[in-house]
Amino acid sequence: MDQEQMALLKKIGEARFTCVELNLYLDTHPEDAAARADFNSYSDKLQALLETYTNAYGPLMNFGQCALDTGSYVRSPWPWELM
Amino acid sequence: MWIYEKRLEYPVNITRPDLRMAKLLMAQYGGPDSELGAALRYLTQRYSMPDDRVKATLTDIGTEELAHYEMIGAMIRQCMQGATCAELDQAGLSGYYTMHDHGVFPVDPNGVPFTTAYIQCTGDPIADITEDMGAEQKARATYEHLMNMTGNEQILEPLYFLREREVVHFQRFGECLEIIQGIQNGRSSCSCRNARRRRP
Repeated sequence: MDQEQMALLKKIGEARFTCVELNLYLDTHPEDAAARADFNSYSDKLQALLETYTNAYGPLMNFGQCALDTGSYVRSPWPWELM
Repeated sequence: MWIYEKRLEYPVNITRPDLRMAKLLMAQYGGPDSELGAALRYLTQRYSMPDDRVKATLTDIGTEELAHYEMIGAMIRQCMQGATCAELDQAGLSGYYTMHDHGVFPVDPNGVPFTTAYIQCTGDPIADITEDMGAEQKARATYEHLMNMTGNEQILEPLYFLREREVVHFQRFGECLEIIQGIQNGRSSCSCRNARRRRP
């Protein structure tokens, strides 16, 4: 895995984490409009990053979640393996 | 339905074996306050909750716990990578090796296997959410004990992240408790799509 791919994966991790955190907050505060706006903005950012990653390196998610399946899902490194 | 994303929630890169910590990390993989226990506890308790916000919280925190179970599994795997039988023996892992080799099996540091006797689902929302708040504090304390036992930066960094998540989850469960108490005391109404159709 080259530096560029690792940097993109790091960005995806950051955007996903922000979405997870805002999602949990919105579970108990579903009427909070400011938090929902934040969530939507990070969700858009995450979707754009995932699309860029998928187009360049293949899908991160299976079961039809990623639009493009180059067959590389199986062969890409498993996350517990050292890079 | 669950979808798998082929990456860890937070990176784990332990480049040198650390068998002592592999053994201790099993507390959070297969112990009573482990990530596995947390995921099963929350995903099991969802069904009997009276409010949609609480169902959502248990579903989403339960899902995040599965990602933490994967992180701890990755940490144990990397801590044991390349270890010889003699090294495993010296680290007190000969019994573990005999039964599991370099596999990552949910036991606690003393080799006691995971059991659902560690969790409860009473069907009583107050009792269950209060258990969940206690579970988050017990996991936080366990992470602090683990951090006290190592100076290995590659292990400490993901542990800082995991400890912080316990604090956030405790906060969310506290809000769930307030929601349920508000409904039971008649102070607030139930946020539930099926409220009118519910049987007494």
